[in-house]
Amino acid sequence: MNSRARLALAVALLPLAAGALSTEIPLNERRSAYEDMSRDNKATQDDDTSNPGMLAVLDGEALWAAKAGTSGKSCADCHGDAKTSMKGVAARYPAFDAASGRPVNLEQRINMSREQDQKAQPLAYESKEMLALTAYMGLQSRGEPIGAHDDPRLKPFIDKGRAAFNQRQGQLNLSCGQCHDDNWGKHLAGNTVPQAHPTGYPTYRLEWQSLGSLQRRLRNCMIGMRAEPYAYGAPEYVDMELFLMWRARGMKIETPAVRP
Amino acid sequence: MGASTATATRRQFLAAAGGVGFALAVRPAEATPASMKQAMRQVVGEASVKRGKIKLDLPPLVENGNSVTMNVTVDSPMTIKDHVKAIHVFTEKNPQPNIISVQLGPRAGKAEIQTRVRLADTQSVVAICELSDGSFWSDTVDVIITLGACLEDLP
Amino acid sequence: MAARTLINVPSKAKRGEVIQIKTLISHIMETGFRHDNVGRPIPRDIITSFVCTYNGEEVFKAALYQAIAANPFITFHTVATESGTFAFQWSGDNGFTQDASAKITVE
Repeated sequence: MNSRARLALAVALLPLAAGALSTEIPLNERRSAYEDMSRDNKATQDDDTSNPGMLAVLDGEALWAAKAGTSGKSCADCHGDAKTSMKGVAARYPAFDAASGRPVNLEQRINMSREQDQKAQPLAYESKEMLALTAYMGLQSRGEPIGAHDDPRLKPFIDKGRAAFNQRQGQLNLSCGQCHDDNWGKHLAGNTVPQAHPTGYPTYRLEWQSLGSLQRRLRNCMIGMRAEPYAYGAPEYVDMELFLMWRARGMKIETPAVRP
Repeated sequence: MGASTATATRRQFLAAAGGVGFALAVRPAEATPASMKQAMRQVVGEASVKRGKIKLDLPPLVENGNSVTMNVTVDSPMTIKDHVKAIHVFTEKNPQPNIISVQLGPRAGKAEIQTRVRLADTQSVVAICELSDGSFWSDTVDVIITLGACLEDLP
Repeated sequence: MAARTLINVPSKAKRGEVIQIKTLISHIMETGFRHDNVGRPIPRDIITSFVCTYNGEEVFKAALYQAIAANPFITFHTVATESGTFAFQWSGDNGFTQDASAKITVE
């Protein structure tokens, strides 16, 4: 092979090599982006009477008790008081769904119950109702540690999520890991690069001036990298959510979090 | 692009350059220090405005201009004879010069309000209070607004 | 559809005590300065006024502008004079109005 071809091969292999280079953050060095926020924004999250995400939680509480679909059943009719039945649930999602043979996230689980049990229409991602329900359910895990996600059936999907996390993508040709594993704590324009742990979803993001799901955040990141985002609910996103939750295992849920 | 580029936000400029669909467009600043002064004149009339008594609390460095916690306090006994009648807050770089106007009185007990405001760009924010004796007092804070690096479309 | 509100008023206070009231309401506060993805202006839709009465007497009033962040949060103080009801009303563009109330026991 001549030197030009060798150089071309080396450059072609660089993305693959670089993908394997981002190093996992040691478990005891993980921190939530809460720590990087201003005093005022922390106070907004900490005070339930000022946290805008709590408005959605109140809506979710009402939805929990509302009859839906041709079944005429509410969530409460089967699941009772969410404070008991949903305690810790959001912290262990995405979870393995035997029927489909793959992990599902909370939004998908909610829609499965709506369609199969309540005989109601599914809720769209980022709809007021879906955000309200996931915020309300997420609140029931606030303070709980994110689960180990060590169900052996989840492992291949965690691996897929990890591969996606380390895969360069988009016009900017960056992988998630290059920023969030290798350069967290440094600055990108006015932002501190977070480690990107999904501790507080759905999150009230000041940039959005509304609540939004983890998938919305992932899509925005991909758009920011000038990559084509997947459709909402794509298995690639669920695998990424699963990997991110596994990566954040043991960290405390903050839902509904506030972020800049 | 001319003058509008100079006043357009970095986000607008990058959006145009990158061909991104949706841009959060703050209209090229229609509020200027002059229009802020005019809005203040409407409240204060010909009276002079002194510095003091009122304290405007804003973080000097802002992570996101969409929502900035703002506290305004006036040192006043809030009695019938000596109280704050109103607090007005103005902006010099937002598209529109008013932020909030609040009416108080002796029933308030304490002249302190908190809210969350939008600040379009690095700028000065001015708070003016009107006391029961007809005097006006002001405080000014300079705020730096930082922009994020990553652009996002609407979902 | 009603806008969700979140009010924080102490349930009990001593006569003459100065209490803090915190209010939060769900509202987009669309400034009228934004454009959609084909360049059309999105019309203004904001809350313009917030009033609090205490047993019918106005104790706080605010005029809000586009510069108030979405989901407006406003806190203020009042003297606890007697037991009764705080009534809150927000109003704004497109005929928007929303009411809320909270009771207080003053001893």
